[in-house]
Amino acid sequence: MMCVPREEVVRAEDERLLQANNRKLTTYFGYPDNAIKTSKYNALNFLPMNLFEQFQRLANAYFLILVFLQLIPQISSLASYTTVIPLMVVLSITAVKDAIDDLKRHQNDNQVNNRSVLLLVNGRMEEDKWMNVQVGDIIKLKNNQRVTADILLLSSSEPYSLAYVETAELDGETNLKVKQAISVTSDLEDNLELLSAFDGEVKCDPPNNKLDKFAGILTYKGQKYLLDHDKLLLRGCIIRNTDWCCGLVIYTGPDTKLMKNSGKSTFKRTHMDHLVNVLVLWIFLLLGIMCFVIAVGHGIWQSKIGYYFQIFLPWENYVSSSVVSATLIYWSYFIILNTMVPISLYISVEIIRLGNSFYINWDRKMFYAPKNTPAQARTTTLNEELGQVKYVFSDKTGTLTQNIMVFDKCSIYGKLYGGSCDKGGSKVPDSKKEKVDFSYNKLANPNFSFYDNTLVEAVKSGDNWVHLFFLSLSLCHTVMSEEKVEGKNVIVAGRSKNVGMPIAVLPHADGVHEHPGGDATVTVSHHYTPKEQLKKHTILADIVVSAAGELVYQAQSPDEGALVTAARNFGFVFRSRTSETITVIEMGVTRVYQLLAILDFNNVRKRMSVIVRTPEDRLMLFCKGADTIICELLHSSCTDLNNVTMEHLDDFATKGLRTLMVAYRELDAAFFQTWSHKHSSACLSLEGRENKLSIIYEEIEKDLMLLGATAIEDKLQDAVPETIITLNKAKIKIWVLTGDKQETAVNIAYSCSIFDDEMDRVFMVQGKNYETVYQELRTARAKMKPESLLESDPTNIHLSTKPKMPFAVPDEEPNGNYGLVISGYSLACALEENLELELLRTACMCKGVICCRMMPLQKAQVVELVKRYKKAVTLAIGDGANDVSMIKGIIFWGFIAAAHIGVGISGLEGMQAMLNSDFSFSQFHYLQRLLLVHGRWSYNRMCKFLSYFFYKNFAFTLVHFWYAFYNGFSAQTVYDSWFITCYNLIYTSLPVLGLSLFDQDVSEMWSLCFPELYEAGQHNLFFNKKKFMNCLLHGIYSSFVLFFVPMGTIHNSERSDGKDISDFQTFSLIVQTSLMCVVTMQIALKTTYWTLMSHLFIWGSLGFYFCMLFLLYSDGLCLMLPNIFQFLGVARNSLNQPQLWLSIILSTVLCIIPAVGYIFLKPLFYPASVNKVFDRIHHCMKYPLPPPVQTRLKHASLRRSAYAFSHQQGFGALITSGKTMKIRPKKKNSSPFKN
Amino acid sequence: FFIVGLIFIPIGIGIFVTSNNIREIEIDYTGTEPSSPCNKCLSPDVTPCVCTINFTLEKAFEGNVFMYYGLSNFYQNHRRYVKSRDDSQLNGDSSALLNPSKECEPYRRNEDLPVAPCGAIANSMFNDTLELFLIANESDPTPTPIRLIKKGIAWWTDKHVKFRNPPGEGTLEERFKGTTKPINWLKPVYMLDSEEDNNGFINEDFIVWMRTAALPTFRKLYRLIERKNDLHPTLPAGQYYLNITYNYPVHSFDGRKRMILTTVSWMGGKNPFLGIAYITVGSIAFLVGVVLLVINHKYRSTSNTADTVAF
Repeated sequence: MMCVPREEVVRAEDERLLQANNRKLTTYFGYPDNAIKTSKYNALNFLPMNLFEQFQRLANAYFLILVFLQLIPQISSLASYTTVIPLMVVLSITAVKDAIDDLKRHQNDNQVNNRSVLLLVNGRMEEDKWMNVQVGDIIKLKNNQRVTADILLLSSSEPYSLAYVETAELDGETNLKVKQAISVTSDLEDNLELLSAFDGEVKCDPPNNKLDKFAGILTYKGQKYLLDHDKLLLRGCIIRNTDWCCGLVIYTGPDTKLMKNSGKSTFKRTHMDHLVNVLVLWIFLLLGIMCFVIAVGHGIWQSKIGYYFQIFLPWENYVSSSVVSATLIYWSYFIILNTMVPISLYISVEIIRLGNSFYINWDRKMFYAPKNTPAQARTTTLNEELGQVKYVFSDKTGTLTQNIMVFDKCSIYGKLYGGSCDKGGSKVPDSKKEKVDFSYNKLANPNFSFYDNTLVEAVKSGDNWVHLFFLSLSLCHTVMSEEKVEGKNVIVAGRSKNVGMPIAVLPHADGVHEHPGGDATVTVSHHYTPKEQLKKHTILADIVVSAAGELVYQAQSPDEGALVTAARNFGFVFRSRTSETITVIEMGVTRVYQLLAILDFNNVRKRMSVIVRTPEDRLMLFCKGADTIICELLHSSCTDLNNVTMEHLDDFATKGLRTLMVAYRELDAAFFQTWSHKHSSACLSLEGRENKLSIIYEEIEKDLMLLGATAIEDKLQDAVPETIITLNKAKIKIWVLTGDKQETAVNIAYSCSIFDDEMDRVFMVQGKNYETVYQELRTARAKMKPESLLESDPTNIHLSTKPKMPFAVPDEEPNGNYGLVISGYSLACALEENLELELLRTACMCKGVICCRMMPLQKAQVVELVKRYKKAVTLAIGDGANDVSMIKGIIFWGFIAAAHIGVGISGLEGMQAMLNSDFSFSQFHYLQRLLLVHGRWSYNRMCKFLSYFFYKNFAFTLVHFWYAFYNGFSAQTVYDSWFITCYNLIYTSLPVLGLSLFDQDVSEMWSLCFPELYEAGQHNLFFNKKKFMNCLLHGIYSSFVLFFVPMGTIHNSERSDGKDISDFQTFSLIVQTSLMCVVTMQIALKTTYWTLMSHLFIWGSLGFYFCMLFLLYSDGLCLMLPNIFQFLGVARNSLNQPQLWLSIILSTVLCIIPAVGYIFLKPLFYPASVNKVFDRIHHCMKYPLPPPVQTRLKHASLRRSAYAFSHQQGFGALITSGKTMKIRPKKKNSSPFKN
Repeated sequence: FFIVGLIFIPIGIGIFVTSNNIREIEIDYTGTEPSSPCNKCLSPDVTPCVCTINFTLEKAFEGNVFMYYGLSNFYQNHRRYVKSRDDSQLNGDSSALLNPSKECEPYRRNEDLPVAPCGAIANSMFNDTLELFLIANESDPTPTPIRLIKKGIAWWTDKHVKFRNPPGEGTLEERFKGTTKPINWLKPVYMLDSEEDNNGFINEDFIVWMRTAALPTFRKLYRLIERKNDLHPTLPAGQYYLNITYNYPVHSFDGRKRMILTTVSWMGGKNPFLGIAYITVGSIAFLVGVVLLVINHKYRSTSNTADTVAF
């Protein structure tokens, strides 16, 4: 929530003025300190504030009004305890829940406020608590520390006073942002004297919530300097890759931009909530109408009969006419019929959701043992929504894939290695294969495994081509290695998403376990790390520097890392590089290659090359790149080899592997000289450098000799394709939103069966401007459903006739299976106003949609698009901070965009996604369990609960309506007021809770076997307005029966001992007992899954009712308070009457018959698909199980996977320029290195 | 459905037959029709007004016979009426006796004295007196009065637990000291009956009246007629006359007053409703069952073929 500024001064502030190291000024202006308060209550104000908040809820307020109405004696038709007791129970449960929540917030606040930070006090750096930091203080932050407040960067350890921050908590972007201090302050460095003497004055904006806006003026030594947001470190950021930095505190605590922005966290409400709210309004309407009818009836009765009946029952003195009386009666009936909107509805819904959340938390099958992470329902309010999901938006890396690249296969000089096919061509399962023994190579990575010994033998035997192949792999890359000097015996296991960051930076490794910066998760182990732990660390890593501890590979992309690691394991260890040399240990022999040029990668070239001078003084060019590109550049002599390799590549591609082709060329020294000349001049040219360079590159990258091809497996998570097939069967559409390149994304889409080869077509949308994108979308749609472009298409008509904003685009059926791939650029165009509908309609017809090259913001935009126009539930799943935007939602264009449900994959990429999600677990394939089992159950339970709940209250309440016609519309209740109090709260609450917590229509096994069952939820078949009307009608019918059968029974009738039976108390006993029997039978009918608990709850409640009956009607209680417990002896005197039982049986049967008939007839007349599945399940249960449907991952050979380099250009230049090399030494001895 | 049908039909028939075997006679003595002997009593001048109605029993009433008075269009279930009582007072609570509950308004106090029993219900207590005479035969005009027992008509719990006279020594009159009678009553509560154990709040006529009816048309037990012995019917067929001391005004609100004589069976008085309902429901259930069976058979075969095609 927003923290209200505490002081008037602050609120009135239109400009902030502060001076460094001057707290007096701060006190003068009354700036708040850095303590934050997110908690709402304290011990004193808890009760009034909490009550006030609770009564702001419509339902609670309504019941409060009812209580007040009941206190007015003129209209009070019910004792006020009938409402007060339930209201108290509900309020106290909510209050306890709120109190616990707030306690947590208190603890959290305390923890945050007590974090320590280095604060400059009297010329010394002292550790102090966060909350003591004040505006104008100077603080020093270290690497990986959180920024304490919004501070002005003064100086940092890095050159040019740069500081790197990660802003994931603020905007969800994981890449580091650079902040730079102005030069005058950067001279202060961390010199305490200078800092203490610093007395610059800052004039800046008052606190606001704009993250990217800051303007101010620093006045220091008479000079004025402009400040902008590049110089401001915001609270919530984390310092990365910067040893230290000093800053001047500008905004504190509640004034910080983070706090100004918080509080808008989305409160997600389910469709069911909306539906229930609408229905409650309907009920109110119905209530009003009924009360009106009754009031009119009362008016008539009063003037026709009541007026004359005054000899026995005089009018109250305030009743002057029948109209007045009717008005009063209106409100009296309003009170009596209030149980139509049961107070316990909302609380029961909460309980059910909580219960179902616990099921998710407790599900052992969603517990990932290797990482000890159970599934977690972090939000308890969205469960039933899980049963209605129609669109799943998934991140790729880390969600579908493990983000582990494994060197899987290669083809060297026309020979295939690592093929999973043996000579006979049959597939050998991995487990049977023998791992290659790399013990001959001390520098091998123990984590690397390869299953084809022939390759090792080839390496050992000194096969020239194989050697050259691996040499090229170990030379042609932009991987950085790092020698660890201090931290010997270190295993560094790293993992990084490809965001172009070095994978592991380990500034200190001497005994301190560190998690270095960037997006990487790095584990550091030492020689004293237990072996088991060591194993665990290495298992998780894709880059491991083993026992020797000297090598850390910093690969920008896991692909490259995998290749270099593979080369290393086969004996070609890339050891180190400088800007001019590359050191490789070739089969134990150290050789230094002179690096002459790196022809860097870019998106157009799709290849990279290095030119090296070998120790033998040969000039070699090694090139690796996309097969489609490389094969064009090959020397004509390689044609045959090329064909063979192409076959292998096809083979790789069909297995969903990411492929690269490797080639080399031996260069003529003279040729290279001239080329080099041109190259350097092109490098220096200012205009069109890119173009010139690529032309020059092309000159030398030709006539290549093919060496072979590599295949890297982007490892999918366990059971991903199966999960996706299952979800597809459940008619859930999966959209992959990824920042990856198109080829990579499409590849993965195939390998995890989002696309398959039986699809009719996959459309690519790659246009970069409005017209092309429009055209491409139209074409795609024309293919899928030609008629959808015609004016006469129902959807078009629908869209043109309903131009208002909140409308839904109906589903359209395409004429086949299609896929759509759209790139980020096109998406930017397609998300414009006019095109978004085109995009949506096209995309929604496709079976699978891949959006690649997405920015985090676009992910949210796509989700929002679907959410806005489709009446469907969306679910976003992701693991990284860049997915937070679609999981939790970010604020853009003034509203909050987020999927209905956010699921976080916990584990690999840090906690961001998980912390912002509604549900989290650690493996993608748990999604099917979450949706198909838990989601479906939750949905079904909620639906059953609602329909039953409404039914039981209609049956209960409407009896009063019928009775009104027989008691002069006098608001006389049918039941004992105790029964009214207890009915919802005690008698019927447990069975209905039992039903909605334990019921399952089919077991988990069947719901996974038959994903078709899920469809009912997507269309919300189990509870909608129609179902509600059914409930209402059934309720009306039941109440009719419940009233008239007992009435017929007692009318002009006597007991068997001749005493009259038609007294009011006996009558109400009959009605309420019948009602209990009817609702119990009804719930028994609805229960499909009988457990001991449901038996206990259902029959127990009925039994309990009878016990309560005898207790409430017993002598003792009645004698104590005769005016409150009036029904003395009724139970004893009446329940022994045969008529009474006959009447109960009759009403029960009459109420049940339509329900039974409906259940019986429904599948016959409306054979919904769900019922068919049920039939099949019953069939399967009777007969032995059919063999589970094999999910074959078939791939036709026609699809060719393309080059899968997934890194950014520019690193080659960085290496050759030597920039990175130079900065390193500075870090070690931390000597100022600036010019 | 078949089971329901099969069970319900016999039960229904059983109930129906039992109900039909019950002898019942109902005599309306409101006297709104000019021809009625009680017509004269409609005018308030005639007090006390006694009227006599003749009737004939075609068949003898065997076993115990119960005599009821029935009222129609009498809204004893009106909310304000129902709550206009003070159970504490009726339970003998001394403080409530002198200070009745507010619910009793406007029959709470009369001339500054608390009303006992207070409230509209008590105030409107039925106070006609009914007497039954058998005209033995045409020749002998001296009628035999039928012995009407006035005790044992209320629930045991009501008489012994719920309703109690105020505690204390001395006569009832002393115990009710400081209270006044309800406005409509002719005599105070401690003079309802001569017998000590049927007087005051525990007067059974009073208790029966205080057990309010659920419907505007109701009957309340008035007297018992015990059977004599096995040989003679309790009420032999023949000519009877009913002697009514007409006090209770219902004319103003179109009420009716009846006298009912009835015998009972194991399931109470004559009430064809349950029997008919059971028979109807049973037969409907049976019919529906048949229909469903046919439909099911038909659809099962078609849906089966459809299913096989679908697979």
